[in-house]
Amino acid sequence: MRNKKEQGAFHLMLLPGMLLLAVFSFLPMFGIVMAFQNFVPAKGMFRSPWVGLEHFKFMFSLPDSSQIFANTLIIALLLNEIRVAPVKKAVQTIVYLPHFLSWVVLSTVVINMFSYEGPINQLVTLLGGKPVLFLASNTWFRPVVIATDVWKEFGYNSIIYLAALTGVDPGLYEAASIDGASRWKQTLHITLPSLLPTLLLMSILNMGSILSAGFDQIYNLYNPLVYETGDIIDTYVYRVGLVQRQYSLGTAVGLLKSAVSFILIVGSNTLANRFAKIRVF
Amino acid sequence: MITSKSFGSRAASVAVWAAVLGMACLCLLPLLNMVALSFSSSAAATGNLVGLVPVDFTAESYSRLITDQQFWRSFGISVLRVALGASLNVCLTVLTAYPLSKPKSRFPAQPVYMKIVLFAMLFSGGTIPTFLVVKNTGLLNSLFALILPTAVPIFNVIILMNFFKGTPEALEDAAIIDGAGQWQMLLKIFLPISLPALATVGLFSIVGHWNDYFQALLYIQSTENYPLQTYIQQLTVDLSTVTDPERLKELSRISGRTFNAAKIVASTVPLLCIYPFLQKYFVTGITIGSVKG
Repeated sequence: MRNKKEQGAFHLMLLPGMLLLAVFSFLPMFGIVMAFQNFVPAKGMFRSPWVGLEHFKFMFSLPDSSQIFANTLIIALLLNEIRVAPVKKAVQTIVYLPHFLSWVVLSTVVINMFSYEGPINQLVTLLGGKPVLFLASNTWFRPVVIATDVWKEFGYNSIIYLAALTGVDPGLYEAASIDGASRWKQTLHITLPSLLPTLLLMSILNMGSILSAGFDQIYNLYNPLVYETGDIIDTYVYRVGLVQRQYSLGTAVGLLKSAVSFILIVGSNTLANRFAKIRVF
Repeated sequence: MITSKSFGSRAASVAVWAAVLGMACLCLLPLLNMVALSFSSSAAATGNLVGLVPVDFTAESYSRLITDQQFWRSFGISVLRVALGASLNVCLTVLTAYPLSKPKSRFPAQPVYMKIVLFAMLFSGGTIPTFLVVKNTGLLNSLFALILPTAVPIFNVIILMNFFKGTPEALEDAAIIDGAGQWQMLLKIFLPISLPALATVGLFSIVGHWNDYFQALLYIQSTENYPLQTYIQQLTVDLSTVTDPERLKELSRISGRTFNAAKIVASTVPLLCIYPFLQKYFVTGITIGSVKG
């Protein structure tokens, strides 16, 4: 009796969340059929003509499609590679700050810094170089995107590692220094191994969003001049699908992205579980 | 920590501190530049004379901002959105996380719900199908279009769930013996001890709603109903329609800069006000929630 009441309470608590997920997460998944149709809004999902894999074929026949996937992956991987280790508490507040500001705000800061006569170009001129139009140059766009993302997130990313470090037994360091281990040796043999589980955990969690590669950032920084090196899946879906109203093509591109990220995250979780006995779910 | 006095170790400390301070400066300087810009005369801004200190100090941009009606309208919409959206987020996070934190022995359906939640986190229909759902449910152009689709923040649910899992079992057993039901348990025992975790997920929700511009770009069609970030985004990124490099150079030089800087600074102030209060919680909150999971 008491147990039944308890189960009822649990189900009731979950009900509102589940309803919202059903409508706004699971219902859209049915919309994926649009990727295999020639979707006409007036006819709806049931009467639009089927076209099979045509949109996918079209997608790969576009000269820029492989470029978009490559851009996404390159930017994502580079972003993922650069993670800076812990920072002391006194400066924490400052370095966390950019994480909490939106790219709308920060893009203005970045555009200002990298503008033709902005501080960065003033520095370049001072050092004897010629000013560069950074955000309109296919050579410079990616480095700027990566550098500014690191700038925004490194402080925040360090929180997690910092927390993992405080969990390390101080006795280990004491024992090591009595045995004559230098500071560098201590980092190498105590700090790094202790961080390994956290590092794995973070990279698995990052896998899921890897192909989202900073839509907000790129959308606010790019322009047609740098589509060649800056266009990623999400910005492309937005332009083609919603601005140009090609719903089916946009959905097809989006579906490919979802499927790839799903495989990446489930795969890395399984691998981490098998080899390091760590799992997120 | 151990204090060792060798020269190498001392040099290492100096190097570490220099690096850390350098990074802090790197974070702060571009933001200070923006503040300085907002207090400078537009002639100085156009001539790129502004560094970290305002040139020809003037509050002209701010007095212009006070009379900008759309700014205040959008500001109000954002405040309302944060108030409604973040409280809904926190409520749903708590309600969803609590049953999910129970072991299978206590709540046999837990694994099923967990799978549903994880699947929703990992896989999505994508931007366009979601847009069509919002359109067909008649939410387009209403504030609810900005609140309901993101009402269950799954990442936050997982943080809080792990936090709940870490609470000592004895606490729960004692309450059950005293005859507490699950609702009472949640409200009277679990919520009061999860304050750091709640502050963390609350901060994430507030920041998320305040900073988001894209949902409104998708779901709100009349410019005058834009929340603040979308309004600012529309002002600053005119660049995306420009294809001529010469024109781009020219645009990056125009003098609306001080005014835009003032808008950016003003839109950031509310976040800066709540940030210090919640910051002391979130380091504990996020680490207990995510690392020890």
